[in-house]
Amino acid sequence: MPTFWLVVALFALSAAGFFLGRQRALQAAGGDARQLHSLPSYYGLNVALTSLVPALGVLVIWLFAQPMIIESTVSGMIPDDLIPEATTRGLVMSDVRRVAEGLDTAIAQGAMTRDEVNTISTDDTDVRARLGEVGVALGSEVRSEVLSAAQRYRRMSQTGAVWMSIVVAVLAIAGLALAYLKTDKDFRARNTVERGILLLLLLAASIAILTTVGIVLSMLFETMNFFSLHSWKDFFFGSTWAPNFRGDSELSILPLLWGTLYISVVALLVAVPIGLFAAIYLSEYASYTVRSFAKPLLEILAGIPTIVYGLFALLTVGPALVKVFGRGEDGLLGVEWMSGATSVLTAGLVMGVMLIPFVSSLSDDIINAVPQTMRDGSLGLGATKSETVRQVVLPAALPGIVGAILLAASRAIGETMIVVMGAGAIAKFSGNPLEAMTTITTRIVSQLTGDTDFASPETLVAFALGLTLFVLTLGLNIFALYIVRKYREQYE
Amino acid sequence: MTDTPDTNATPHSKHGASLLELTPRTKRRNAAERRFRMYGMAAIASGLIMLVILVVNIFGAGMGAFQQTFMTLDVELLEAKLDKKGNRDIADIKKVSTFGYAPLLANAFETLVAKDGIETDLSPKKMGKLLSKGAAAQMRNYVIKNPDEIGKTVTFKFLTNSRVDGYMKGRVTRDSIANDKSISVTQLDLVDQLVAAGAIKKRVNLDFILGSDASDQRPEAAGMGVSMVGSLFMMLVVLALALPIGVAASIYLEEFAPKNWITDVIEVNISNLAAVPSIVFGILGLSVFINYMHLPMSAPLVGGLVLTLMTLPTIIISTRASLKSVPPSIRDAALGVGASKMQAVFHHVLPLAAPGILTGTIIGLAQALGETAPLLLIGMVGFIASNPPDSIAAGLMSPNSAMPAQIYEWAKRADPAFYERAWGGIIILLVFLITMNTVAVILRRRFERRW
Amino acid sequence: MNDMTLVGKNVDTRNIKISARAVQVYYGDTHAIKDVDVDIESNTVTAFIGPSGCGKSTFLRCLNRMNDTIDICRVEGQITLDGEDIYDPKVDPVQLRAKVGMVFQKPNPFPKSIYDNIAYGPRIHGLARNKAELDEIVEKSLRRGAIWDEVKDRLDAPGTGLSGGQQQRLCIARAIATEPEVLLMDEPCSALDPIATAQVEELIDELRQSYSVVIVTHSMQQAARVSQKTAFFHLGNLVEFGETGQIFTNPEDPRTESYITGRIG
Repeated sequence: MPTFWLVVALFALSAAGFFLGRQRALQAAGGDARQLHSLPSYYGLNVALTSLVPALGVLVIWLFAQPMIIESTVSGMIPDDLIPEATTRGLVMSDVRRVAEGLDTAIAQGAMTRDEVNTISTDDTDVRARLGEVGVALGSEVRSEVLSAAQRYRRMSQTGAVWMSIVVAVLAIAGLALAYLKTDKDFRARNTVERGILLLLLLAASIAILTTVGIVLSMLFETMNFFSLHSWKDFFFGSTWAPNFRGDSELSILPLLWGTLYISVVALLVAVPIGLFAAIYLSEYASYTVRSFAKPLLEILAGIPTIVYGLFALLTVGPALVKVFGRGEDGLLGVEWMSGATSVLTAGLVMGVMLIPFVSSLSDDIINAVPQTMRDGSLGLGATKSETVRQVVLPAALPGIVGAILLAASRAIGETMIVVMGAGAIAKFSGNPLEAMTTITTRIVSQLTGDTDFASPETLVAFALGLTLFVLTLGLNIFALYIVRKYREQYE
Repeated sequence: MTDTPDTNATPHSKHGASLLELTPRTKRRNAAERRFRMYGMAAIASGLIMLVILVVNIFGAGMGAFQQTFMTLDVELLEAKLDKKGNRDIADIKKVSTFGYAPLLANAFETLVAKDGIETDLSPKKMGKLLSKGAAAQMRNYVIKNPDEIGKTVTFKFLTNSRVDGYMKGRVTRDSIANDKSISVTQLDLVDQLVAAGAIKKRVNLDFILGSDASDQRPEAAGMGVSMVGSLFMMLVVLALALPIGVAASIYLEEFAPKNWITDVIEVNISNLAAVPSIVFGILGLSVFINYMHLPMSAPLVGGLVLTLMTLPTIIISTRASLKSVPPSIRDAALGVGASKMQAVFHHVLPLAAPGILTGTIIGLAQALGETAPLLLIGMVGFIASNPPDSIAAGLMSPNSAMPAQIYEWAKRADPAFYERAWGGIIILLVFLITMNTVAVILRRRFERRW
Repeated sequence: MNDMTLVGKNVDTRNIKISARAVQVYYGDTHAIKDVDVDIESNTVTAFIGPSGCGKSTFLRCLNRMNDTIDICRVEGQITLDGEDIYDPKVDPVQLRAKVGMVFQKPNPFPKSIYDNIAYGPRIHGLARNKAELDEIVEKSLRRGAIWDEVKDRLDAPGTGLSGGQQQRLCIARAIATEPEVLLMDEPCSALDPIATAQVEELIDELRQSYSVVIVTHSMQQAARVSQKTAFFHLGNLVEFGETGQIFTNPEDPRTESYITGRIG
């Protein structure tokens, strides 16, 4: 792991720089730290940071950029006619990488020498067999173009790695030398170090932006790829979701959106009344003791991982519902309305339980923000507590509660595990809550975890679905946060 | 007191003659009040009941996974089968495949039945089917390790087949196996006799906690251990990246950021990132880390990176809250004695805010530990995480699963014996989460300052 | 002090509306009101004065059991309304508060229209049989609250949109609409400017015709202007209670004198 040792060396160098810089500063001041502009450790830090940060930065960028550059160069070596029907350049490239890794393994195990690896060709060697000996299984015979691309890939990676080490080392040493030479008793080391640290802090803060940009860009590009392969009209306005791996798929989001919204509505029908009444009881009626144990207990429901709810839906709630609504004569109702454990109701009920604490704690906060004078005003007129709550507190808190419900709705729409395990896989428009239905998130998972070719519309549609989901939840969130903030300002 | 004519037939009030008598209207209103109150109590109760059902269900269905049915069996390691040449050459012994060990099991059963006087119509081979499919491999590994034992009779503790285990735990009954090809009623009769003879017993199964996943065919051997290691490495990545980056970002935003539109954009961004569905982070991980940067699929490193991005907003929000709770007078005091702003923050504010930051970080980690959806997309599901990694690099880079992904994987498998594993896995996961949250609560209680 | 109470009692026995005897109030461990005896007469404005934290507001809130809403608050002693103990377990505070209305320090209109603010009390107590009656009550109350002319054209506008003085008169009108027998006012003018204060004071004087009014104020001038009876509270004790004129011109207790002349408070 050469990169690992490079990083270790960088840190060692910068540690050495710290002591060198510190010592030099003290020397410049004749051993009297009071003569210095800054504390001695700042001179050390200055040298250490100047040596470490630029080198480390270049290292990281290099590590990100090198594979891309190599990839694009090497993939240019593969002629178009080599790409078989129904696959893509991407798949051929993964063959190339596999062969290149195989060659590395062969060297590591001593099955081939370095020279041999660089010179073999498909004419005189059965590369597949040789690699098979060292445990690298290849799906098909290695073509000469693939082999030479793989050799090129290896060579470029190696050269790249060597150059990277050199550049990084030079940068680190140069930084160290520069900062060391600048160290002087009048050098404003603290200011320089603090500027550097401020820059690092800013960098850390902008990672949030980078993440968002990453999310949007990664999905946007693939979505555009998708729309170049598939009609956007069908995606947004079609009526059928029927991926077909031989092509000609109908990929419309509408049936998925219907399933998503249906399940979310069922979930909210469970969560909103329970959550809201729980919040009202906790904030208006409950004694301190009840509140201090009931509130955290309810909030446990929000801390349980969704996989637990998913399992609960699949293995407990689903079968229980089937027992009630299904099984014909053997069922509790003697009806045959439900055949499988997965259904809108299964997923909706369980998701509703998960959302109870969301609604209740947000509403609790919001109800508590209604000024006490408002309640006093109503109670002073001889209203009962419930009249006060229903006619004064709730109307006053309404905007905030709507915001809380919207936030819960956004959670419901984006929830994955519960629907993956509890909702089913059938995309359709149906009003029957006992039928299995599928959702946007479920389809994203199944389209991206299937064995299909990455460049097919059937896979790429997941990115379009993801982008839609992102926009949908983001919109809901921004709107909800706006409402809640407006509401808070009103009573501040 | 009023000059309006009164319909309530009271001389001086519309609100009833005497305070000590409730008017019918007040009674009605009080009834409505009681109903309303009851709705509230019912809501709390139903929430708590759900919690109880969930917990009871998890423990009821999952505790079984920590016990497993084992069978003790004396097996004669026949030299004729295992080492025909008789020179104990390890290479020769290795050439005998697990298939070659099967007859030994049949013999052992024959001996056992004869010795204990058990009556059964089953052939010895059928009897051997009571054991896990891994039994032969278990013997082979033992023999390869101890070649000198060949020719002797050794007592093995074998896992039984998952159906036998299910029978012992009450999951499998004679009625439920009517259409089950892998076990028959006669075999269950044999099990009953073996239990009576003390050969078959339920024991604590540490392998479930420490062992690795097993194939579809051997639910009895599947364990959480390796996926736990996968989760551990992911959490290390999250801790190593999210904590420093999160704290640095919070310090910048809370202490240094100028009030301008860039800062506003960053802040809005962070609060919205916190609400982005986790699956979207999975898509990001798939397309950026795997397709674009060619990091290995299913690697805990990638999982850790995705979870880092997901956890960052949580950590930033809680860190900012704890920085904000340090009163400005502390900063003023430091600045007043001539410290730079940076020194004031790093020497005074940050140490005071540290308990809060730590609490937030632990809670963020707990959230990340239970997250499943993004892991599905970066391929941490769908294969058998068989061996624990042998180095840190391998731990980060080689394919592994994670606890929640492993649970999902088991839930997807067809054999109901895996469901018990899934619930058991959830118990382990919850133990981790409860521990982390308890630590966070204790930290908060212990170090919480009131200014 | 006992003398004064007795004097008050002797003069107006038949008109006594509320009578408090040996009232103690505790907030947790704090003894906030100590052994207070007061009689509130009908068609009279009674002012409670005293320095901040002397317990005058706390005592006021005992008179319609608003203190019930505070968990840690405990009231002992006897308070009667028309001879009936208002802390009797059979008494429903809801019914009591309909008879003893309250106006608060800070104007607190509900986030509803002006009309709905006024109609709130009549609606919950079922005072109107139909819309026409309710309209009538709303108009009458707004008129008696001396705010009708200012709001008659915008009854559908939110009550929170009014100015502070208007809001407080709206709250008074809201309290009147419930047709109480006693009106408690907790520093009703402290959040208002002088002009609005003058309007509210004028209103209080008019209200005396039909109600007995109890007003807590920290302004001695206000007490002198609007009240007929004045009670001076200090550190949870009722120091002196009597005719307003007498309290201000010839106080008996040295503490009252100190307060009135501005030496304490």
